[in-house]
Amino acid sequence: MCCEVKYTLENDIIEYIEECKKEEHPESYLIAVLHKVQGRYGFLSEIHIDEVAHILEVPTATVYGVATFYHYFKLKPRGKYSVSVCLGTACFVKGADSVLGAFKSELGIEMGETTSDGLFSIEGTRCIGVCALAPVVTINERVFSNVSPGQVPKILHDIKDTD
Amino acid sequence: MKYINAIIDDINVSVEEGKTIMEAADSIGAHVPRLCYHPFLSTEGSCRICSVKVEGFGNLLPACATKIQEGMKVTTNSPEIRETRRDLVELLLDNHPRACLTCERDGNCELQNLSYKLGVRHRVFDGARKRFPIDFSNVSVVRDAEKCILCRRCVRVCSEIQGVHNLSQMFRGVNTVVTPAFQAPMDESVCIKCGQCINVCPTAAFIEKNDTDVVWEALKDRNKFVVVQTAPAIRAAIGEGWDIPHGTHVTGKTVAALRRIGFDAVFDTDFTADLTIMEESHEFIQRIKSGEGLPLITSCSPGWINFVEHFYPELLPNVSTCKSPMQMLSTLSKTYYAEKTGKDPKDIFMVAIMPCVAKKFEAKRPEHQAEAGYPYTDAVLTTRELIWMLKAYGVDFPNLPDEDFDNPMGIASGAGDIFGSTGGVMEAALRTSYELITGESIENLEFKNVRAIEGLKEATIDIKGTQINVAVANGLNNAKTILEKVKKGDKQYHLIEIMACPGGCVAGGGQPLSHVEKYIYPLDKEIIKLRQQALYNIDSGKTLRKSHENPAIKQIYNEYLEKPGSHISHELLHTSYQAKSPRGIK
Ligand code: SF4
Ligand code: SF4
Ligand code: SF4
Ligand code: FES
Repeated sequence: MCCEVKYTLENDIIEYIEECKKEEHPESYLIAVLHKVQGRYGFLSEIHIDEVAHILEVPTATVYGVATFYHYFKLKPRGKYSVSVCLGTACFVKGADSVLGAFKSELGIEMGETTSDGLFSIEGTRCIGVCALAPVVTINERVFSNVSPGQVPKILHDIKDTD
Repeated sequence: MKYINAIIDDINVSVEEGKTIMEAADSIGAHVPRLCYHPFLSTEGSCRICSVKVEGFGNLLPACATKIQEGMKVTTNSPEIRETRRDLVELLLDNHPRACLTCERDGNCELQNLSYKLGVRHRVFDGARKRFPIDFSNVSVVRDAEKCILCRRCVRVCSEIQGVHNLSQMFRGVNTVVTPAFQAPMDESVCIKCGQCINVCPTAAFIEKNDTDVVWEALKDRNKFVVVQTAPAIRAAIGEGWDIPHGTHVTGKTVAALRRIGFDAVFDTDFTADLTIMEESHEFIQRIKSGEGLPLITSCSPGWINFVEHFYPELLPNVSTCKSPMQMLSTLSKTYYAEKTGKDPKDIFMVAIMPCVAKKFEAKRPEHQAEAGYPYTDAVLTTRELIWMLKAYGVDFPNLPDEDFDNPMGIASGAGDIFGSTGGVMEAALRTSYELITGESIENLEFKNVRAIEGLKEATIDIKGTQINVAVANGLNNAKTILEKVKKGDKQYHLIEIMACPGGCVAGGGQPLSHVEKYIYPLDKEIIKLRQQALYNIDSGKTLRKSHENPAIKQIYNEYLEKPGSHISHELLHTSYQAKSPRGIK
C-alpha cells in the first residue's frame, strides 16, 4: 500500500530527530528540533514542519501551533535584505509606524513577507537599545538612524545599487 | 483515601484529596460559573470565569484548576467576584458577533446562557473585532472562528477522545485562532468529520453544515418523490428537542412527524441494519472459514472509515466491505423500491436523518454515486437539523400519535434497533452468526458481555467449541489501542466493532444539545446510558430480535437480492475504501 517516504530534510537533521525520539518525552524536544531546522534553512516551511511532525510523531497541528506561537520562528523565507524597523517605545513615539508604513508601501509587502524577487523582507523588532537615534532601522548589519518616511525610497535604492 | 477539610462560603467541607475547589464547591451546592471547563476533558483553566477568592492569595484563583487544600478558606460569591466574572464575559462578548437571534446555538449556547446568568445587560466596548472567514470547505463540519472563545474544548476532544489531533491553537495574543495545521481548510486536514468538536463547543464556532434548505426545496417540488429514513439512534434522542425526558424512545412520533411535514415514504434504517448483519455475517463466516482477512472490522461508522483511511490504511483489507445501513437503504430506494413501484430513480429524493455529521460526507463519496450520475443519498440531516425543521414547520411533536414505518423497508428486528449503541452491531452480528455457524437456535441472545458504556471491551464468545475473540471500541483513541494490538498480532481477534463517537451513534456529533444545565455536556455517561437503554428496551420489547428472522429481509432476498454475498448484493450493498492524505500521525 505504501511506499518509502522520501524526506526533504537533510539526513543529519533526521538523525537528530530520531535521537530525540528515544528520549522519554520526545515532544519536549520539539522546539530544539524546530530551532535546528530554521538554523539550516532560514525559516520553517510547511513541508519541513510536516516532516518534523511525522518523524517525531507529534501531531502536525501541534507542531504548527508551536511554530506560530514563538516570534522567533519564521514561517516564510526571509529576503536577502531583512528590513527591521524598531517598534520599541522611543522609536514608536518618534514615528516608527509611519516609517514602517513607508517600507511596506514602497516594497508592496506586509510585515513578515518577502518581495517576489526575494530581495527584501520586513520585520518589526523590539527596542534594540539605541534610543537616542530613534527611529532606528536595521537592514542586515547596517544601522540607519533618525529615519523619516521620506528617506525610505533612497535607502532601498542604495541597497539595490550595492547589491 | 485521604480527606481534606476546608471551608467554602463559611460551610465546612470534607472532600477526597485531589479534588478541585470547583468539585468541592459543587458538592455543597455552591455552583461556580464556568466556561472552558469540561468535566470529561482535561483541565484548561484559561477563561477564569470560575474565579474564586482564597484567603491568603492576592489574586482570584480558577476553581476548576486549583486543588483544594487542608484548611483553605474559599469564597465563591461576592460583589467583587461577580463583577470580575461579568467583566470577563463582557470582554468575550465585545469580540463576538451579535448574531444570537439567527445563530444555530440560540437557546443552548453556553456563552449566551452565562451572559444572561451573570447579568450582562449592555455591551461596553465597541472596538475592533477579530475577523475570520467562515470555513465552509468541509461538507460535514463548518468552522466559524469569529464565534470562537478559545476555550480549546474542541482541541481537547479531538486529541484526547478521538486521537485525531486535527486542531490546535495557532499564533498568539489577539491573533490566536484554533485551526487545523497550516490553517488549512477543514477538508484538506486530517479531520475525520465526527462532529465531536461541535458537541463540546460552548458556542456555534463549530456547527454542522446546514442542509435543511435543499430538503425544504425537495419537499416543495411536486415532481419529486421524497423518501426519508431514520437511523436507530434518532428515536432515542429526538424527543429531547421538546424536553421529553432523556431515554424515552419516540419512534412512532418521529414517523408521524416526518409524514406531517410532507415526506412521501418513511423507511427505517434499522431495516438495513438487519440487512448489514446478513451481509456482514456472511462475510465474517467466509473469513472464518478461509482464515484470511481476520479480524473483520465493522464499517457502519463513517467517522471510523475516515479515520482508518487517514490513519491506518494498512488495515483497510480488514474492514468489512458492507456499505453502511444508510447507504444500503438509499441504494435500495433508488433500485429495488424504484423498480417495484415503477418510479424513475432520478425522481426520488432520498433524505437520511442521522445522529452523525460524518454521514454528510459519506453520502458525497464518489463510491456512493450511481453510475447514471445521481447520488444515492441526496441529503443527510442531523437529529438537530430535523428538530429545527419540525419546529419551523410548527409540528407539535409531543402530542403526535404513534405511526408505523412504510413498507417494504419498514420492519426491523431488535438486532437492527440496537445498532445505535456501542456494542449493538457486535451483538446483532453474534445473534445471526451464531445461528448460521451452528445451525442451531441460540438460547440466550443477549450478549451482555459486549454491552457497555466503557470505551473498550473485549470478550471471548464460545460458538459451540469455536472461541471467537471480539472487541468493541468507541471513541477513536480507544480504537487506536485495539488497532495497535491487531498490528502487533499478540492476540488473534476475529470480529471488531468500531464506532467513532464515544458511546456510539447515540452520542454522535449530530445529536441534540441540551439547554438544561444537568445535560449540557454531551459526553456525559448518564445521557449516553439513557439513550442506549431506550434502544435496548425497544429490542427486549420485540419478539423479532434476530436479523435473519426478519420477514422483510427474507422478502427482499427472495424478490431481489437472491442471497447474502450474491452478485447483485455485491454490486448494490458493498463498497471499497482508499488510503487518504494527509496521513494522520498515530
Ligand atoms: S455562539 Fe452563542 S453568543 Fe455567539 S451568536 Fe451564537 S448564540 Fe449568540
Ligand atoms: S470533526 Fe472530529 S476529527 Fe474533525 S476537527 Fe472535529 S473533533 Fe476533530
Ligand atoms: S471552536 Fe468552540 S470549542 Fe473550540 S476553542 Fe473555539 S469556542 Fe472553544
Ligand atoms: S472554567 Fe475554570 S478557568 Fe475556565
